[in-house]
Amino acid sequence: MSTEPKPGGSLGVAMKRKEDPRFIQGKGRYVDDISLPGMLHLAIVRSPYPHAGITSIDISEAMRVPGVRAVITGKDLEAAGLGWLPTFHGFDKQMVLAIGKVLFQYQEVAAVFAESRGAAADGAEAVHVEYAPLPVVTDPFAARTDQVILRPDREKKTNHIYHWEVGDKDATARALRTSPRRISQRIWFQRCHPAPLEPCGCVAQFDAMGRLQFYVTSQAPHVYRTALAIVTGIAEDKIHVISPDIGGGFGNKVPVYPGYVCAIVGALKLGRPVKWIESRTENLTSTGFARDYHMDVEIGATDDGRMTALHVATTADHGAFDAAADPTKYPAGMFGIVTGSYDVPAAHAEVDAYFTNKAPGGIAYRCSFRVTEASYAIERAMDILADELRMDPVEVRRKNFVRKDQFPYQSRLGFTYDSGDYQKALDVALEKIGYKELLKEQTAKRLRGELMGIGFSTFTEVVGAGPSKHFDILGIKMFDSAEIRIHPTGAGIVRTGTKSQGQGHETTWAQIVAEELGLDPQNIMVEEGDTDTAPYGLGTYASRSTPVAGGAIAMAARRVREKAKKVAAHLLEVGEADVEWQDYKFQVKGVPAKSVTMKEVAFAAYTNMSQNEPGLEASYYYDPPNMTFPSGCYVAVVDVDRETGEVKVRRFLAVDDCGIIINPLIVEGQIHGGLTEGFAIAFMQEIQYDSDGNNLNTNFTDYLLPTSLETPHWETAKVTTPSPHHPIGAKGVGESPNVGSPAAFVNAVIDALSPLGVRHLDMPITRDKVWRAIRAAEAKTALA
Amino acid sequence: MIPAAFEYVRAHSIDEAIAHLQQHGGDARVLAGGQSLIPAMRFRLARPAVLVDINSVRDLSYLRASDGVLEIGATSRDSDVERAGWIGDRRWSLIHDVSRVVADPVVRQMGTVVGSLCHNDPSGDWTTAALASRAEVVVRGKAGARTVPIDEFLVDSFTTAVGEGEMAVAARFPKPDDRTAGSYQKIERKVGDFATAAAAVQISLNADGTVRAAGIALSAAGPCALRVDEAERLLVGREPRDETIRAAADAASRRSAPQADLRGGVDYKKHLAGVLVARGLRQALARLGARA
Repeated sequence: MSTEPKPGGSLGVAMKRKEDPRFIQGKGRYVDDISLPGMLHLAIVRSPYPHAGITSIDISEAMRVPGVRAVITGKDLEAAGLGWLPTFHGFDKQMVLAIGKVLFQYQEVAAVFAESRGAAADGAEAVHVEYAPLPVVTDPFAARTDQVILRPDREKKTNHIYHWEVGDKDATARALRTSPRRISQRIWFQRCHPAPLEPCGCVAQFDAMGRLQFYVTSQAPHVYRTALAIVTGIAEDKIHVISPDIGGGFGNKVPVYPGYVCAIVGALKLGRPVKWIESRTENLTSTGFARDYHMDVEIGATDDGRMTALHVATTADHGAFDAAADPTKYPAGMFGIVTGSYDVPAAHAEVDAYFTNKAPGGIAYRCSFRVTEASYAIERAMDILADELRMDPVEVRRKNFVRKDQFPYQSRLGFTYDSGDYQKALDVALEKIGYKELLKEQTAKRLRGELMGIGFSTFTEVVGAGPSKHFDILGIKMFDSAEIRIHPTGAGIVRTGTKSQGQGHETTWAQIVAEELGLDPQNIMVEEGDTDTAPYGLGTYASRSTPVAGGAIAMAARRVREKAKKVAAHLLEVGEADVEWQDYKFQVKGVPAKSVTMKEVAFAAYTNMSQNEPGLEASYYYDPPNMTFPSGCYVAVVDVDRETGEVKVRRFLAVDDCGIIINPLIVEGQIHGGLTEGFAIAFMQEIQYDSDGNNLNTNFTDYLLPTSLETPHWETAKVTTPSPHHPIGAKGVGESPNVGSPAAFVNAVIDALSPLGVRHLDMPITRDKVWRAIRAAEAKTALA
Repeated sequence: MIPAAFEYVRAHSIDEAIAHLQQHGGDARVLAGGQSLIPAMRFRLARPAVLVDINSVRDLSYLRASDGVLEIGATSRDSDVERAGWIGDRRWSLIHDVSRVVADPVVRQMGTVVGSLCHNDPSGDWTTAALASRAEVVVRGKAGARTVPIDEFLVDSFTTAVGEGEMAVAARFPKPDDRTAGSYQKIERKVGDFATAAAAVQISLNADGTVRAAGIALSAAGPCALRVDEAERLLVGREPRDETIRAAADAASRRSAPQADLRGGVDYKKHLAGVLVARGLRQALARLGARA
């Protein structure tokens, strides 16, 4: 594998990340590194109650704290017409600061502006709020009864937010009824949190021209600009959004949060810049959580393991406001991918969402809008089906795979899968993991009473939102864009509507440009995140950067090449029709000896352009014709300690198919990172509330991030089926490991416990939970 | 996460530190490694008016072996113990084990043994090891120094025998004989987490293979680290056979009185106490070349 960047042939080169020297030396520039003259600091007063009326707010003591300059409450914002914030897909609105009552613990109640962070914190502590507690609803199944209506502000007096469904309900019900074999299982994907190491924050300033300069940790700066224009009424040309370096987003930095609005209001009201940086606790307790889907999965099958039908009914817990960041027409995101890698003849999926007294969210945590929930449900259920049929889970999967010759494959739930080779990925995995030997070892261990498990997940994702006929946010179609300028010396700059938060765009975007134009990727600068300079795009989340912006970059580069061709014709002294692009050079058709490099053409474009328009630049707004469908086969091997319930992940192999790879080193890094998150979700992470509505995971002592010491060793391999519709055949990879791995881990643990009769455990698979399952099984055996 | 306002003074000698502590009484806290105190202050769970920083007191950073005692000064770091030249000697195996699993490697660079004893967290590692080792703590006040056995030193959760205007200056671990070994067994959700359950074990054998002395203690099993006297009594004078180990483990399970939390339920933690004591005993015996 080549690791040296070179002019041309940049695709597939494991080039080191251009951004890393800056990050490794601590020279990244994050929002909290920005300090403006006269800047004030914002601290937010938060509710200790999950559901309570606000009787009074007394700010007098806070105003006496040295350094405190102002305190604002929900009433102040309401008077200014800024009391509520629309949520991204437009079905709900969210309080900026509590108005009349609070709906979840840690909800924003008042904003304190002060000369220092310390003074702001002291001021926040000195705001006295009187609450009148109200009955708390933490369980979406209790919310469903509508005994307590949480959102009387809404027209419909119910906790039910929406019903969404896809597929053929009747045909699925019929097929299930007549299936010789059936399984059903409630599978919960617990509430978890993306927990980026850098929490959310912003600096708001109105400059000398009265223009809002807004520095913010945003994965989608252009969407922020438009949303701020709509919410605040400030003309969009008077808003400049800048996303500097971002320390991880994972979907958490897609929504617009109350702190941002407060900072802008404070900057306007006080005439000084305002900084807001949330604490870890604030990030975990009030910003976008992920998942929290209770999925009732039913599968019908023949005796020999052919699936006949799939039905999934989901109860979704959305918390106090419907702040899920989904495309407008997809309130349950891409949950329709729940048929996964399988050719199911009849399928029906439905989701009912409810309000509860929990933090709002439902964002796509390193996944394309509910794809992780869907993938986990089907991959977990396939193992339950295998168990029911007493078949090898590998064979059940193989029997039901969409075959290679079926692509493009029309799923029963509305997606057209672009390409894939699921059999091959499985074969590679079985070979590489040594499945036969592992099975032998497992048989021997079981005879000795030892618990060893092998778990598979053969998932398919749907990413790259998306085609304009289906996908929009706030009405804006989900295209993305690129602008490329090539300078006289053959160096250049590419700007896009995306925003890297660690994905390595500064390197991969340069590689795409370099590949298309035969230039050196080291001299292609990448700039993102500044709405004054970057072309409009919908940002980086849902694995959309490479599928959408990556397409835009390749297409813009081809436009540059078209223009360059005219200049090349002039230099080669032939007609344009006689010039061809061959081996990263322009040459006279069929005469390789008569050629010019892009570097030579670039210089001529500014010095010797003849009749051609000077300069060498182009832009492209790319509306993808379809989504892309990355897939993979993951295998986990675990040993379970019978005495303590400890699970040791002995091996983990990820075979990924993300189409054409731009930079294998970055892909490998993405897979390692996502697997580590998937591992954490499977074994450690849950945002848990007690029945009184108290959040129990308010910092990293109780919301666990694994370290290198817990994290298993990752093995990787690849299968490549290029996306037929993407300009360079890429599919996106950032989210595959987070989407695909939880089921592999859980399936392995359940496989280990299966001799005891255990068929399912919900995540996180804690030691306590495993021990209880073992003990319950042993008690049952003792009775028998 | 900004602490409430506080004053900071740096002491250069023990006398100076004690003078500050005398002056400010209960409003003052000693700052050594700060690995528990500073986070508690940032959450505003602790709000001392004055921090007395003892890191510049020169004669407090030492590990000293003399008169059959290992003395650890108040600003000696966990990592100093972890890297001590003599730590590989099996008689110190309990302390060696602990020094490698306290919090995480970064915390161990700053965290101190004596500070951990003074903090007396219910899930502490050093407190548990100190019980099993029958350590003592040297406490200095205006009137001079006194030596407090660890069982008396650990009063209640986050409470010790150190009075107002006093400070702990050293921990003293008796030097075990060469037929002694120990083991520290800890189950944690991840490195750096508080123990779900942990057990410290130290046993000394007679020449005939019977147990001469035993120290057995549990962490995360009550308001503070807990000695399992019954298990110690069961072992002393007997050959450490399987049934004796099982009986000691059962005694530990019964004695354990943990709180249910996100790490696990009460019954699970009680069960673990027994499992870990048994594992600890077996490992200590293995280190002595004895078979259970």
